[in-house]
Order: sequence, then C-alpha cells, then structure tokens
Amino acid sequence: MRIPCPLCGDRPLEEFVYRGDATLTRPAADAPMEAWVDYVYLRDNPKGPHREHWRHAQGCGSWLIVDRNTVTHEITQAIQARPGGEVQR
Amino acid sequence: MQYSVTSLVKQALRGHQGWPEAFRHPEPRKHYDVVIIGGGGHGLATAYYLAKEHGITNVAVLEKGWIGSGNTGRNTTIVRSNYLLNSEIPLLEWSLKLWEGLSAELNYNVMFSQRGVLDIFHTDGQRDEAVRRGNAMIMNGVDAVMLDRRQVLEMMPLVDANNGRFPVLGGLLQPRAGSARHDAVVWGYARAADRLGVDIIQNCEVTGFERDASGRMTGVETSRGRIGAGKVAVCVAGHTSQVMQMAGIKLPVESHKLQAFVSEAVKPCVDTVATFGVGHLYVSQSDKGGLVFGGMLDGYNSFAQRGNLPIVEDVAEAMMMFLPSLGRVRLLRHWAGVVDMTMDGSPYICKTPVEGLYLNGGWNYTGFKAIPGAAWCFAHTVAKDAPHKYNAPFHLDRFAEGRPVDATGGGPFPNHH
Repeated sequence: MRIPCPLCGDRPLEEFVYRGDATLTRPAADAPMEAWVDYVYLRDNPKGPHREHWRHAQGCGSWLIVDRNTVTHEITQAIQARPGGEVQR
Repeated sequence: MQYSVTSLVKQALRGHQGWPEAFRHPEPRKHYDVVIIGGGGHGLATAYYLAKEHGITNVAVLEKGWIGSGNTGRNTTIVRSNYLLNSEIPLLEWSLKLWEGLSAELNYNVMFSQRGVLDIFHTDGQRDEAVRRGNAMIMNGVDAVMLDRRQVLEMMPLVDANNGRFPVLGGLLQPRAGSARHDAVVWGYARAADRLGVDIIQNCEVTGFERDASGRMTGVETSRGRIGAGKVAVCVAGHTSQVMQMAGIKLPVESHKLQAFVSEAVKPCVDTVATFGVGHLYVSQSDKGGLVFGGMLDGYNSFAQRGNLPIVEDVAEAMMMFLPSLGRVRLLRHWAGVVDMTMDGSPYICKTPVEGLYLNGGWNYTGFKAIPGAAWCFAHTVAKDAPHKYNAPFHLDRFAEGRPVDATGGGPFPNHH
C-alpha cells in the first residue's frame, strides 16, 4: 500500500503511522459524559470507504486525512489535516 | 456413534465405509429458543454448553459459510492463560481447564498438546515484567515458572543466545499451556452439539433482526428465510460491528487484520510455543512439521483477508534474529485474519442494550484459546440472563464506568493492543 502524501508524493506504508477514524468530532469540554464516551470509544468501523488520520512520521511529519476503502485498500484522496489542508500543492 | 477403539476396529474391518456423518445438515425450523449467529468455535461451543449445562436444546447455529471457515481456522492455535489482570485470568484459566478435558468431553480428539508457552526475555526491564506477570498468575492459581538462561537454552537450543544487543536472560514458562488442532475443535463441538439436538445450519447468512413493539428480539432474517428466536446470541468474529449495527448498536470495536505464517515441514526442532521478547514474534511447530508463527497487527482498519508486505518483512527479520539457523526454511503459506480489536484489548461477553440479544465478540487476536471458557460463560449468560462471575468484567458499559480491562495500559487505541 502506498499513500499519496500531498507534500511528498506516493510514499510507502512503512513511513506512515495510523491514528484512526477522522470523522469524529471532539465534544465541548462541558458536553455530557455520553458524548465523551461516544467520541473516545465508539466507532462506526465501516466495511468500505473510511476517512482516517495518518501521519507521515518518517517523512514530512504532516497529519493527513486519507479516504481509503477498508476492503480494497484503494485510496481515493489524501489531504493535509490542518485547516486549509485541502489546498494541494 | 461413539468414537472408541471398538468402533475403530469395526470400521477398519469394513474398510472404513460405514462411518456416519459427524453431524446432520437440517433445514432450519420456524422457531428456536436460541439462535446463535456464527458457526465458529465460539458459536458451536456456546450451543454445546447451552444444551449440556442448561438443558436448552432447541438451538440453531447459523453460519454464513461453512463451519470453521472464519478465524477459528485462521489462527496460530496457541492455548494459554498467562495473563496479568485479576479480572482476566480466571476466565482464561477456566478455559484452559476445559481444554485439558476437552477431547474426552467431546469424544473427539482436539489434539490438545500441553507443550508449554515460553516467553523469553532479553533485558532487565523485561525480566521485571515477567516476574510481575508470573506472580500475578501464581496468585490466581495458574502455573508459572521462571527459567534462567541455561534452562531456556535447554528447551530452545536453536535460539540465538548471544545476540550482542539482546542476549537471552531467561524466560517465563507456563507448562500447562500449548496448542491444539483448530479444525478439530470446530468439528468436535459441532458433532457434540448436534448429538444433543442442536441444528447446525450452514450457508445461512443473517441479513437482519426482527423485533417486537417493545424492542425485544423475536427472530432473524436470513438468506434462507425468517427464523424465529426467543434469544439471539452473536458469536461472529471480524464483522461484529456490522452484525450489531443491524440492531442499531455501535460498538467500541475496530476491525484490523493479523497475519500468520507456516513454513515447509522440517524435523522436530521447536517443541514448545516460544515468544521472542525483542520483536513481536511467537513460534510453534505443528505436528506436520511446519513452523507456525506470527507477529503484530498490520495496524489499520481493514476487512481484507490479506496482509501487507512490511509486516511480512518485519516478521521474517524477527525470525532471523530469533532462530537464525532456520533462515533457509521456505515459507509455505501466509494469510491474514480479520480481528475485532477493542478499545482495551479485552472481549465482550455480555447482554446488550437490546432485550434478547447477547454478544460474545471483540476477541482481538486471543479468541481461539478462549473458546471453551468464553462459550461456557456465554451460555451461562444467555441461559440465566446474567453473567457468570468469570465474564462479569467483560461488559459493554465498562468504558463509560471507567473500568476498562486494559492489561497493556495502551488506552483506547485498538491498533496498539
């Protein structure tokens, strides 16, 4: 599997570290406990398209948002996770 | 038919033409007291213990493929109870005790071989960790023996003892641990459950749940039509999230994949199950002579039953460090299984928020060894509508309550457990 880093181009899997589901939204600090349990522990775990966080740890160090299919491993998009990251160079 | 020396002689005289099928292939009935989803080790064993321990024999096991086609047939067959936490040891030790009598109980040779599991350590820190684990085991009544360097090398003479960076210092041995024949476990439980009246229905995929106005489970929709159920027990591996989502339940689970490897057959050279403390590696030798070994998770969500090459390289490197004299042995087979990784590395054996729906899943990569014990506890939970004390810690609310069963202290990151 290769991941197309928006800054470095296609790079091998070994250079990246996986974090997990990128669609989760951090609740407000005073949100009820259920919202925090949901955020920290519960996952959709989809079989198919999955939006996820990877870090190009052995490369440019960027946090990325990668759209990948969990069955075929096909990657349809990889952008930087920081605000404005959707602008690709 | 009871398998025995007499039946073997009789059948031998008839040229082995008269063996009956080990279990029936019935059409599904309209209604069962309990419908179990998943015909792997856990599902079949749950059916067996429901019938044997609780007298509930109107039970169906629904399997979407053929029995044992999932993770029960895709693991490295290690059986052990060398765990750390007081909340997890009793369950795994009970499972090991059931393993010890399983062939006789099922009248089926599961080839359980108590050849020991030896965790080898290479640094002072790892030795402290091994002592701590060994003491936790002994305090829970589990056998644990600390071996020094000489004793380890007597057991495992092929280990590279003098690696300059990671010399062998010693090992933690659980003598009663070992390995078993995974297919035989499935067939043995299937046959034993069938003899008690359980219907095993293969090629029958569950596509939905049926609930009454109060929300209680009343049946399942399947590829072979509707089947009514008093209770529904889920024992699927790899796809637990997908099955439970049909009931509107979101789980603390991510599906990952774990690779396993088998080499060509060589003469007996590894007569225990050895783990290498430097890399993440575990090795045993099958009765056919193949070395069976594995390493870490691939590390990202996946439902593909195939592994990536960096892990293959990583495991091969660890093998070369650990057992360098086997470097010329060729790899025969290699595969990946989809495992339900949970948020604390421990399973769920529990009731669920839906009345009449029960869950045994989230086994990470430790499900095989737990088949007898977990299924025994799960049958108790389904029959009595309450957990047994051994599986009481393994419920879904433990995260909200701040009681995760997290032996590694890894936190809510499934790929780190």
